[in-house]
Amino acid sequence: MQDLGIRVLIEGNNLYRLMGGLLITIRIAIISAIISILFGIPFGIVMTSKNKLVRFVCRTYLEAVRIIPVMVWLFIFYFGVPKLTGIHIAGDVVSVIVFSIWGTAEMGDLVRGAVTSLPKHQKESGKAIGLTNLQIYSYIIIPQSIRRLLPGTINLVTRMIKTTSLVVLIGVVEVLKVGQQVIESFVLQSPSASFWVYGFIFFLYFIICYPISLFARKLELRWKE
Amino acid sequence: MALLEVIGLNKYFDGFHVLKDISFSVEKGEVVVILGPSGSGKSTLLRCINGLEEIQSGQIKLNGEVINEDSTKWHLIRQKIGMVFQSYDLFPHMTVFENILLGPLKAQKRDKKEVARQAEELLNRVGLLDRKNFYPRQLSGGQRQRVAIVRALCMNPELMLFDEVTASLDPEMVREVLDVMLELAKEGMTMIIVTHEMEFAKAVADRIIFLDGGEITEVAGAQEFFTDPKTERAKNFLNIFNFKEYKKGVDNNEKI
Repeated sequence: MQDLGIRVLIEGNNLYRLMGGLLITIRIAIISAIISILFGIPFGIVMTSKNKLVRFVCRTYLEAVRIIPVMVWLFIFYFGVPKLTGIHIAGDVVSVIVFSIWGTAEMGDLVRGAVTSLPKHQKESGKAIGLTNLQIYSYIIIPQSIRRLLPGTINLVTRMIKTTSLVVLIGVVEVLKVGQQVIESFVLQSPSASFWVYGFIFFLYFIICYPISLFARKLELRWKE
Repeated sequence: MALLEVIGLNKYFDGFHVLKDISFSVEKGEVVVILGPSGSGKSTLLRCINGLEEIQSGQIKLNGEVINEDSTKWHLIRQKIGMVFQSYDLFPHMTVFENILLGPLKAQKRDKKEVARQAEELLNRVGLLDRKNFYPRQLSGGQRQRVAIVRALCMNPELMLFDEVTASLDPEMVREVLDVMLELAKEGMTMIIVTHEMEFAKAVADRIIFLDGGEITEVAGAQEFFTDPKTERAKNFLNIFNFKEYKKGVDNNEKI
């Protein structure tokens, strides 16, 4: 049989299916990233607390997320939690939950780093002009931290997009899984299918992540002025 | 009634007794300079007065009202006590004007037009009106400190605290900052100043408080303190700044 070559991508509704898979990947990544940033900022600020107990709890959460692989978290929520509670959560929801737990912890640590790297005098100057703590954070600490946060946050978001490939393991059909299905059904007609399909997926990841990096670089340059 | 009254203030840092039973008062319109060797607790004392440091015992009264209770809303008290620090402490992401307006607008919720007018007038007085839209990094150290002073003044404080504001400036910039402070003193601003500039202290102070090892060892009028210090420690301290005995080419050992 003649090899379809690159045409495997447009054969049948393959392209449509791959794009559908990509959409699921992006949706999980974007929703998780937004949740992570929203929760990560306050979490990071709490991490700078002087209270030892508060710091201990935050630290434990962060370390737990770092030590336990994301894959294990996915299994815990997808297979473990239903056994324990009888509540079954859909795979894509589990993905968003796990990625948000992971992202919030990582984002929090980035925020903590950015906030503590500001000179102590910035906060004290804010106090000295009679601002409340909330005002100090909203007008002084957070605006200055955001610039320091940018590189790390972009890195985190691209890592999240890439790590979504793990959700296959709990049955979510995202772009990589669609790719596998396409390869499986076309491998006889087109032995080189895996090259073209995975190559295309590589390209898809690239065109999502690269603009994000470009955008970050542009912002950084603009803020430097 | 004194504007500020400190009664029996004690402060510990990790068990180390940094301020020992400090009591003094400052009248309205008075300029008090705190002198003493480094590590004697001068800066810590200033920081206690506007609540940047907790104290373990004693009272601080502003206009007769105790301000160091648990229920104290420090952010309200600090609107009445301006403070300028040693390090350049302007907010780097804001222009000079935004730096000055932040406190009056957000903390005091004053009218923007009125505050802007006052800010321009103050900037003009310190000779920096043309820099109002500059960012702090575009200014020299001396200019930044003058802006920091304006930022504190724009809150209309009743008392100003200056914590070694010229200590990290290049020598040629010290004068421009000290001149602003002398001007303020002349206008009757109540000030507590920590400084190492002896000549400036002599010129600006109504009273000198000498702090050594966390204790007030001498309180005297400026003239009296510099010409006739009562305690041995103050004498030794003042002698550090006396270079007359050390002339080039003279072997100091011979004298002994």
